[in-house]
Amino acid sequence: MIPVDHYLFLSLALFTIGVIGVLTRRNVIIMLMSIELILNAVNINLMAFSRMWGSVDGQVFAIFIITDAAAEAAVGLGIILAFFRNRETVLADEMDILKW
Amino acid sequence: MHALNDILFYFFAALAVASAILMVTRRNIVHSAVFLITTLLATAGIFLQLQAEFLFIVQVILYVGGIMVLFVFVIMLVNLDVSMRLVQFNRQRFVAGALSLVLGAQIFFAIWAGRSALRLPEMAANIAPRNTEAIGDALFSRFMLPFEIASILLLVAMIGAVVMAKRRA
Amino acid sequence: MGHLIPQSIQPYVLPVLYAVVIVLVLPLLAGYIVLMERKVMADMQARLGPMRVGPHGLLQPIADAVKLLLKEDIIPADADRLMFWLAPLVSVTMALLAYSALAIGPAFQIADLDIGLLFILAISSLGIYGIVLGGWASNSHYSLLGALRSAAQLVSYETAAGLGLVSVLLLAGSLSMKEIVQAQLDQGVWFIFAVPFGFFIYMVGSIAETNRAPFDLPEAESELVAGYMTEYSGFRWSLYFLAEYANMVLVAGIATTVFLGGWLRPLTSFHEHFPGTSIEWLDALPALLTLGVALYCMKLAPKQPVKIQKFVMLGVAGLCFVVAFSLMAALFAPAGVMQGIHGAFWFMAKVFSYLYAFLWFRFTFPRYRFDQLMRLGWRFLIPLALVNVIAVGIAIVFRQQWGWSPTVSLIPTTLATLGVAIWLANDDPPIAAVQTADGE
Repeated sequence: MIPVDHYLFLSLALFTIGVIGVLTRRNVIIMLMSIELILNAVNINLMAFSRMWGSVDGQVFAIFIITDAAAEAAVGLGIILAFFRNRETVLADEMDILKW
Repeated sequence: MHALNDILFYFFAALAVASAILMVTRRNIVHSAVFLITTLLATAGIFLQLQAEFLFIVQVILYVGGIMVLFVFVIMLVNLDVSMRLVQFNRQRFVAGALSLVLGAQIFFAIWAGRSALRLPEMAANIAPRNTEAIGDALFSRFMLPFEIASILLLVAMIGAVVMAKRRA
Repeated sequence: MGHLIPQSIQPYVLPVLYAVVIVLVLPLLAGYIVLMERKVMADMQARLGPMRVGPHGLLQPIADAVKLLLKEDIIPADADRLMFWLAPLVSVTMALLAYSALAIGPAFQIADLDIGLLFILAISSLGIYGIVLGGWASNSHYSLLGALRSAAQLVSYETAAGLGLVSVLLLAGSLSMKEIVQAQLDQGVWFIFAVPFGFFIYMVGSIAETNRAPFDLPEAESELVAGYMTEYSGFRWSLYFLAEYANMVLVAGIATTVFLGGWLRPLTSFHEHFPGTSIEWLDALPALLTLGVALYCMKLAPKQPVKIQKFVMLGVAGLCFVVAFSLMAALFAPAGVMQGIHGAFWFMAKVFSYLYAFLWFRFTFPRYRFDQLMRLGWRFLIPLALVNVIAVGIAIVFRQQWGWSPTVSLIPTTLATLGVAIWLANDDPPIAAVQTADGE
């Protein structure tokens, strides 16, 4: 049997990598992908606890998180596409003027 | 075969972490997307190893087969050859990296200190058989309101995405 | 047999054996389905098809395979080498992996998963990456456009096909392939007769899923060259091609299991016996059908113009006699063996009829334009599939709450779905004229 904290350490590792990705990369698409990674880390956490307590509530919540991630990815990518059409850039550093 | 079960967890965990590190460091965005796909598949494998079969399927169909296809589509529609030759990491990378590691270390010590409280025996066959039925049961009885709200959320997101991506004449 | 194999690996032996059989047989089967397609195409076009390579063209797939293996492997300049290598691999791996949950007979299944049907759908949805990455890695406009169109088509129609399957799952009550067939046995009716709209939606969805005509715009030769496969040559192309035909056989297998009764004999509940024995009349059907084929081959043999074709016809007739004899002998074997062999026979017969329908559609219908294709998927099939699910749900309520018999409860709901289908089909504006790109 694998102790539950091993799952939590894995979740922590993925979470940290995701946070580093969001904070250090310039490309907005990779920042979005790192956010998906963070959401996945949270899912692993929920599943480990759901298994520990023997109830499916954690799994149902994980389903909602996945649904939420889908909605957010769709809207986020729509925004990126619209921005790219206007400014021809996907680098976060260059998205700094609201209107000229 | 508990040993095989454990080996599978460590294999998927190593795959997930390695793919995640590769994902945030690649210069080519398509490679990053492919490594995120591998990470998500490894996570799905961990869900399966936890005997949560329905979540394994949901992860593969929705996350890998839906959300990542969306990502890959957008990456291919946005021509990114120029951005591949620019600097990939921003100016605050060292401070950000250090702070993230400090955050990670804090959470690590929190889990490490409390790990004796997590030593409850994992209940073996409680949720495994008829996992899909149990989730369906919970979803349509106790979680009915969040379910409806999630469907409205998806509707809003769909309308929003269509409006955002429409070309204005 | 159980004593020779150590206990620890015993549960793995049979599945591994089945997996090896599937991986060995599928490429050969894919090649011969191509030959079958060319022969059927020729038959529908009043000509003969491949006749040169081997008698009646029977060695054509072997010749094609040898040619493909010997062709030069061309990689476009500036192509992304990792993705270029990976893409056909992903396609073919996912196509073959999905076979692990498919039950070819009551005994031939690699893994009886509780979520077998969903597993197959999930793995099929992963096959999209093979197409998208292949189109991207080719570093060519046509390939990328073809890949994106193909992926958009696949995503749209897999939603519709999945919803078509859900309506049947309401009746079956389980996602395991074996239990779905068992439900058809228990309810005494194949689900194609119970929910005909589910079958229709799944059939159209599966034709689009496998990029077959009339939905083959992304890969038709007169369109975007060959779409995402343009820059692939030799063995890499044959991997894509194997993936496509393996997918075809897979969706035929799913349709057979879910709608056509899997390995059940037609008229399962008709149990009349031969007088005095326990053998049922209809169980002799496989042997009789094979005998019929053998006699037909023998009738054709004298009319063959070339001597070797005569020999091959007689050889095929002899083979069919042997198969008919063994099917007849299986009737007297213990029940498990008879079930297994006859089950496999009926399963393969149904799969091949479904594949024949695929081939028939290819040579009958003109190709859909891409916007017509997307309109059909999103504005006709998905609403119809949703209405179908609701209708089957209402039929189940009729059966459970008011106690109507299954058949009677399904008739009004099927008629209601038919009405909605007719309304949806007439609702779209005429598609004949080419409109401006965004309609604005």
